[in-house]
Amino acid sequence: MTSPGYATERETTEGRVFTVTGGDWDTITNNIDPLSNEKIVVNLGPQHPSTHGVLRLVLELEGEKVTEVRPVIGYLHTGIEKNLEYRNWTQGTTFVTRADYLAPLFNEAGYVLAVEKLLGIEDEITERAKTIRVLFMELNRISSHLVWLGTTGLELGAISMMLYGFREREYILDVFEETSGLRMNHAYFRPGGVAQDIPDSAIKKIRDFLVYMPKKLKEYEAMLNGQVIWHQRTQGVGVLDVTGCLALGVTGPVLRAAGLAWDLRKTMPYSGYENYEFDVPTATTSDVWGRYLVRIAEIRESLKIVEQALDKLRPGPIFVSDKKIAWPAQLAVGLDGMGNSLEHVAKIMGQSMESLIHHFKLVTEGFRVPPGQVYVGIEHPRGELGVHAVSDGGTHPYRVHMRDPSFVNLQAIPAMAEGALLADVIAGGASLDPVMGGCDR
Amino acid sequence: MSIEPTNPEQSTGGVPVNAEPVGADIDAPAQVPPNPRKGMFGITGSGDVSGFGGLVRRAPEVVSTPKPYGGYFDEVTDALEEAYPGFADAIEKVVVDRGQLTLHIKAERIAEVAQIMRDDESLRFELCSSLSAVDYLNSDPRRFHVVYELTSMTYRRRVRLEVAVADGVTVPSVTSVYPTADWHERETYDMYGVIFTGHPNLTRILMPDDWEGHPQRKDYPLGGVPVEYKGAEIPPPDQRRVYQ
Repeated sequence: MTSPGYATERETTEGRVFTVTGGDWDTITNNIDPLSNEKIVVNLGPQHPSTHGVLRLVLELEGEKVTEVRPVIGYLHTGIEKNLEYRNWTQGTTFVTRADYLAPLFNEAGYVLAVEKLLGIEDEITERAKTIRVLFMELNRISSHLVWLGTTGLELGAISMMLYGFREREYILDVFEETSGLRMNHAYFRPGGVAQDIPDSAIKKIRDFLVYMPKKLKEYEAMLNGQVIWHQRTQGVGVLDVTGCLALGVTGPVLRAAGLAWDLRKTMPYSGYENYEFDVPTATTSDVWGRYLVRIAEIRESLKIVEQALDKLRPGPIFVSDKKIAWPAQLAVGLDGMGNSLEHVAKIMGQSMESLIHHFKLVTEGFRVPPGQVYVGIEHPRGELGVHAVSDGGTHPYRVHMRDPSFVNLQAIPAMAEGALLADVIAGGASLDPVMGGCDR
Repeated sequence: MSIEPTNPEQSTGGVPVNAEPVGADIDAPAQVPPNPRKGMFGITGSGDVSGFGGLVRRAPEVVSTPKPYGGYFDEVTDALEEAYPGFADAIEKVVVDRGQLTLHIKAERIAEVAQIMRDDESLRFELCSSLSAVDYLNSDPRRFHVVYELTSMTYRRRVRLEVAVADGVTVPSVTSVYPTADWHERETYDMYGVIFTGHPNLTRILMPDDWEGHPQRKDYPLGGVPVEYKGAEIPPPDQRRVYQ
């Protein structure tokens, strides 16, 4: 077995014990067990705290070096697209908002923009509704980036970053709750406008947040920018250049960190983004560090847009005037805690039978959408969110497909991680910011 | 004179009045004969989802848009025609609707067309944004329409390619042109059962590996179980009485 002079062996009650004194480790292990020198396969997830939800990675390792990564998804598939086909167009917002749960307003925005394009009413959306949408999308972008910063910090060893990120996000969720009644999964954007007007108290909170957040951003940077461990865990890690990004369909901060300033808010504007002044931050390092810099800079740009949107906000209707589409949108909190429009209830219940019929038809049956198909792409915090909506002329969607950026970006994990160390798989995967709710839908 | 009870099987007047409930035994749960009604007022087959039966919804016919298409659409189609010799044969229809251009392409040509769309200097659709399918069951014999959303970052343009295939007909994979289509094609296979030839690893992606059927097909039921709420039972969404 072992050649003399390398390892001596003796039998004990626990089994055979080798005493190794120098020599080539491979030679020794090969003699004992030829299999132990081969690659090992490690299953990471789907229930692992550092895989961002129920992502499963099957890794083939040679020592600590990763030779092959195979992402396995589908653990959070909830059939949102199928379910949409059994509800009316307005009810659809309640479903799509639950796909990517960290950016619910973007799911809604993509969906309602597609429905509005199918209806041909994009030009009739009121200025105030558009401004509120931009305002809320940008706040949502900040909250989503804060969760990214927090969870990535947690995974790379900066645990306090997680506490800070979630603390600041709470301010934004308060604003959402104040306006839509819900912290997450708002169903706030509706085809034709937004569900209800933004209260003055929420506007005050946003103004306070605009003062508060820049200070906190400086704190984050003071903590992370010069941190040696943060540098070592991020710089030169998870590299993916522009060619790789485009081949694999990767968009959003990952693409911008590779140097291409592709942002749909600028390149194919929607919801009036062409009227706001902001920059598209880029980096040239193509690594996790660059993605961190881009996201921090994007939070600053979003704050700029939020401020401009607040200044643009003028009183006015928040829903299209067409009563065949518009739900009652001036809601007040009723005795049961639910949103009600007292004026509207008084009208349909006490004054006008026709209004009651119309209300009943609109709410239970919904409106009809002319047949056809559209694709709408918007800039989601993680990249391009595309909604392909098909109508056959009925009151229900015939087909809605969501091109979720998490789904597409996750394909890039093998390209970033193969050949690197096991620890860099976590850093690279985290830098894509995958949210499995959106990925699996 | 006694009145003989009429035998339901012999009467020609449909459902007899006062038909005896089946299984009406003491302590036994009432068994009501299944209700064949589908729409709100028993209207079926009209294609009308409102349940009110007033309107017949016909399958929308997709027709070619006459030239000029307007915008950049003419430039795109002209450039493709120039760069691709098989244009007349491969392109079935050119449709401009709601400011978006759709090229309907023969299934067997899709990979060639995608290659030219990506590589030609005046087209340059570098990014395949999305790939999915739509099931036009009963309205098109080639029921599955695979839809490719291409984006040109150079020219800031979008184009949709559409391919129609019948059940069981294969579509060439575009993964060699757009590697990002890998997961999209797997998802489309998983949800619709469309087979992409030349795909490196066409397996299920969202559903479990041993799942039977393809859930997004129109003839695949939504499923679900009835839910009891305060004593009343609410059937699953696709079995409710109205608005199917």
